[in-house]
Amino acid sequence: MPNKSAGLTGRALAVYSKDMKVELRSKYAFNAILMFGITTLAVVSFTLGQSGLSASLLAALFWIIMFFAAMAGLAQVFVREEETGTVLALRLAADPTAVYLGKLFFNLSLMILIAFVITPVFFIFTDAPVDNILLFVLVLILGIVGLCAATTIVAAIISKAGIKGALFAVLSFPILFVLLLLLVSASTRVLEEATLGGIALELQGLVAYSGVMITASLMLFKYVWQE
Amino acid sequence: MYKLSVINLTKRFGFRKVFTDISFELETGRALAVVGPNGSGKTTLLLTLLGGFRPNKGTVTFQEDERVMPAETIRDHTALVAPYLNFYDNLTAEENLIFFSAVSGGRVTGKELTGLLEQVGLAGRGDDPVGSYSSGMKQRLKFAAAILKQPQFLFLDEPTSNLDNDGKKMVFDLINGFKSRSILVLATNEKEEQQLAEQVCRLDR
Amino acid sequence: MWWKIILLSGLAAVIVFSFITPAPQNIIGEASRIFYYHIPMAWIAVLAFALAMIYSIRYLRSKKIIEDIRARSAASLGLLFSFLATVSGSIFARVTWGSFWNWDPRETSIFILLLIYGAYFALRTAVAVEEKRASLAAVYAIFAFLTVPFLVFVVPRVVPSLHPADSVIGADFKFTMGTTVRLIFFASLAFFTVLYLWLFNLTCRVGVLYRKIIEEESL
Repeated sequence: MPNKSAGLTGRALAVYSKDMKVELRSKYAFNAILMFGITTLAVVSFTLGQSGLSASLLAALFWIIMFFAAMAGLAQVFVREEETGTVLALRLAADPTAVYLGKLFFNLSLMILIAFVITPVFFIFTDAPVDNILLFVLVLILGIVGLCAATTIVAAIISKAGIKGALFAVLSFPILFVLLLLLVSASTRVLEEATLGGIALELQGLVAYSGVMITASLMLFKYVWQE
Repeated sequence: MYKLSVINLTKRFGFRKVFTDISFELETGRALAVVGPNGSGKTTLLLTLLGGFRPNKGTVTFQEDERVMPAETIRDHTALVAPYLNFYDNLTAEENLIFFSAVSGGRVTGKELTGLLEQVGLAGRGDDPVGSYSSGMKQRLKFAAAILKQPQFLFLDEPTSNLDNDGKKMVFDLINGFKSRSILVLATNEKEEQQLAEQVCRLDR
Repeated sequence: MWWKIILLSGLAAVIVFSFITPAPQNIIGEASRIFYYHIPMAWIAVLAFALAMIYSIRYLRSKKIIEDIRARSAASLGLLFSFLATVSGSIFARVTWGSFWNWDPRETSIFILLLIYGAYFALRTAVAVEEKRASLAAVYAIFAFLTVPFLVFVVPRVVPSLHPADSVIGADFKFTMGTTVRLIFFASLAFFTVLYLWLFNLTCRVGVLYRKIIEEESL
């Protein structure tokens, strides 16, 4: 008789490490996101030139790049299950909440890895001045959490709808809009040398946004996941 | 003692009826054969029992010692072996088994895995990615996953499909092994397999 | 029947009085009469979204297809009214601020609302299986509705506003609206809401009948 006491954390961890293994062997989502991000960055930087970009423009560019990069690959974690036909085995074996949490953390890890590459390249290409690196990283992490919190369930929706590509961005953008607004506003102020106190309002908004989106996803995910 | 009771189960896809008013009751040690021509809804019935589809009418109840099992625990007590069930192609057989065990709250040692793979005739192939497996080998691996789970309710859809004579014999031995401690639902058109079951549920188109 | 007569005569009265009384705001002048129509449209666009969310929750709870038809009907009229609100607002903006579009917080919010409605229907058309379409659309509607508080509270703080908060609407509108203006405005709000609910009811009934026809054809 197998031990059936392992809780939600263990199960979510199992889903997470499975997805990491699958991704490490194909690297599909990682490459898609990274190349999309780098391409967008290159186009933007090339057309606008380097000097004299205002803080608000730089902040907007940075989050547009992150948004499109996310749209290029964050649905993959669900679409892949549909394409390989493994979704039935997973649905019959795993608790929906464990599936959601595993995939949310997978997307988070993916975006954090991507940000590790894209952010330095962005600063090199645009020559953007940033004094308070820690504060920028804080905004960046909250932004990634927000992006993943809102898009993971949308990714599940589009994979169940049997559609990919453009519709992911179409469904995600209206939900991500307030997040992007908060992120651009916060990043602008950080680039303009604001302190922690100067972006307190944005930080509160970001935390509230992610909290609401993750809570709602936990409640709604089973309706998407089960037929 | 476990019990599976199904009352007036009806499933439609859109406006098309798949099956109507299916009722039966099974206890541990009993097996049901679901028979019927291709497209008669055998697979849909199995998946509806497993909660994969929502019935339009009727109820499916899983009971443990006369108590109804809560919906979220049923998943840990059921297993399905079917041709359309796919494992992860770019994970190895052992990684697949470890994952499906862990995700239903189990834990498995390396020694258990080796023994298990030997039992289903996949000895020495545990480190190969499942993508490199033939369809018969994949079918054997699905049985390995079912054995690992030790389910109280086992659902088999065409259990001997893609298998050679050796594999068929193995499956018959396994089914006989499962029969004493599980409830078995078999969807099949093979005469030999139907004879393993005491009850029959006939579906027509 | 009696309520339809009241509704029609009420709406007729609102239209007449909105034009024969003095303009509600003297600086903007005659153009400010649009406020009697623009605000009710925007209000209904949001009300429709709330209704779509409520019926979506009810669908997920009961899995009855009628709730999905109601959610869809509420949203399809919501799309219409948010479009009307956007257009009337845009005309108003041209007259008062000089350009059709300014990305003022309220313009931004109604635009996002339009996008959400658009995405909702794009999702619906992409899924062929009825039950699946209903569940996915319901989850999306509920999820999208959760951004409304952020649109209301966050957007105005991040985006600079041009909206006439100090003229006829806004926090202090009680003091700036005269009795006649207030009477016409609330009558318009009430009658347009009833009109919306009537249209909603009709759309639901059409939806049910349409489904019956398809069911009969497929048998």
